[in-house]
Amino acid sequence: MGLKEKLHNIKGKVEGTNWQTMFGAVHTLFYSPNETTHSGGHLRGADDLKRTMMNVVLPLIPLFIFGMFNVGFQHNAAINGFPEGMGFFSPEFWNLDNLSIGAIKLLPLLVVSYVVGLGIEIFFATINKHEVEEGYFVTGMLVPLIIPIDTPLWMLTVAIIFGVVIGKEIFGGTGMNILNPALTIRAFLFFAYPTWMSGDKVWVAGAKERANEIMAGAELDAISGETILGALAQGQDFAYSVSDMFLGFIPGSVGETSTLLILLGGLYLIYTKVASWRIIVSSVIGALVMGLIFNGVVNAGWINEGSKFYILMSTEFWHHLLIGGLAFGIVFMATDPVTASQTNKGKWIYGFLIGFISVMIRVFNPAYPEGVMLAILLMNVFSPTIDHYVVQGNVKRRLKRLKAKTA
Amino acid sequence: MGLLSKKDLKLITDPLADNNPITIQVLGICSALAITAELKASIVMSVAVLFVMGLGNVVISLMRNIIPSKIRIIVQLIVVATLVIIVDLVLKAFAYELSKTLSVFVGLIITNCIIMGRFEAFALANGPWKSFLDGIGNALGYAVILVIVGFFRELLGSGTLLGIKVLGDPIEKTGVYAYGYENNGFMLLAPMALITVGIIIWVQRSRNEALIEDN
Repeated sequence: MGLKEKLHNIKGKVEGTNWQTMFGAVHTLFYSPNETTHSGGHLRGADDLKRTMMNVVLPLIPLFIFGMFNVGFQHNAAINGFPEGMGFFSPEFWNLDNLSIGAIKLLPLLVVSYVVGLGIEIFFATINKHEVEEGYFVTGMLVPLIIPIDTPLWMLTVAIIFGVVIGKEIFGGTGMNILNPALTIRAFLFFAYPTWMSGDKVWVAGAKERANEIMAGAELDAISGETILGALAQGQDFAYSVSDMFLGFIPGSVGETSTLLILLGGLYLIYTKVASWRIIVSSVIGALVMGLIFNGVVNAGWINEGSKFYILMSTEFWHHLLIGGLAFGIVFMATDPVTASQTNKGKWIYGFLIGFISVMIRVFNPAYPEGVMLAILLMNVFSPTIDHYVVQGNVKRRLKRLKAKTA
Repeated sequence: MGLLSKKDLKLITDPLADNNPITIQVLGICSALAITAELKASIVMSVAVLFVMGLGNVVISLMRNIIPSKIRIIVQLIVVATLVIIVDLVLKAFAYELSKTLSVFVGLIITNCIIMGRFEAFALANGPWKSFLDGIGNALGYAVILVIVGFFRELLGSGTLLGIKVLGDPIEKTGVYAYGYENNGFMLLAPMALITVGIIIWVQRSRNEALIEDN
């Protein structure tokens, strides 16, 4: 008897018990269920929820691998100095030393993310007696990519419990949530444990540990690394070239540094039609417009170098797309089909405002160096309202047309 | 039959759970969110509301037959305002630091929806003894939630209870802090108070399904 038959056999046995939910989740991971639809005629699409989710996870994998190398690379660069003239295939980046540091740091985050998150999903599915939804596959992959590498595991656990329960389950689980669960988790971490989510000690692996050792009297050089946005917000300059920023050899949350790989991932998502190109394009436009407005204000001389906004305002408008998590947020979070606007016109408005507000928060609120998280969460809340008015607008226009015809 | 008949007792116990002013009627939320970051403040606020509501209900109930209905809100406001000013002055005289923490929210007891609600809904139609019990009951219902929320927010947000460091010292790294625990700063912000109240509502309704509304 093959594995397939065995599983189908067990299925009959667990039916009706508390194990049914958990078994079903594992079972459908390997084989499609041996059940047919019970009534009516059905059209079956090949792109079920599982496949859709996997289509999002797939482009995240290169980012994850790049992130592992980058964690090690930033650690070594902070100690030994940043190597000059990095190309994408530089051996200073792609070496085993970097990978091993990164893997030790990053893999536990991934494991905790999936174990805790899926645990809660199964728990709630069992209580509510419905099948485990696949929604957490993407969230679980996103979470380790959007947090600083040194985030303690217990904090991550608390945040995931909060994010999945409050952000998703109480609204009814996958497909019913108002807020993006991954961003809810990050927002919780950000407000609950700000010292672990910002500053110059959290972006480079081991920096905080080392700072504590030095405080305890160890003879070591301090290592630190501020994100570009963090440095700019404090009015400092940074030493990274545009190509470093584009390729991703910069400190930041694990997965968001490489704009190149995010761009490729975005193209893949658009190609598979999982993500809406309207949202991606309009978000980029929104960010560029806001950047241009700020550059215009600086060029017009309305603001001088004494202003605390001067440095961020005078940042070249298109640099905003390369630094911080804006590109990652636009491609992988803003396009979440559940929390985004559903109407085409609504998507343009929704995306545009995300880009626009992200850059605005960056410039005007140095306490929140990266605004994309807050911008997306804000627009998540507003997206049903946007849809409502778009639909009402359509209804009104058609009524008018009808009246014109009949009159 | 003792001092309290069964019906009278219900006036006190009902608002504690099944008809709680905060979790069921969702009144008085503003102060519940604003001052519950510390347990001490929640308790003092509860006592203040207990005083104002118990006494206010009695006063309104005694006056219920002579208040012209057209100006009853103004009369109610005057009664509450008088009582609140007494509370405020007492706090300023004997607990100045605390009155600074509670700041404007003692004054805002005047506009606490629970109080006006009970005046309108109960004291204007019932005798003084019943009104007193109703006021006490509702104030206690308010207090229960405030203390629960204040307990969790102070414990998780500051690691203290009534100012005592029950979890150890976060700077000296003693107690649980020695194991890497950190205070949850989010608990000190108002949104987490709202979420805590929400969780209480969730727990309460899942234990008592009669409370779940149809929609």
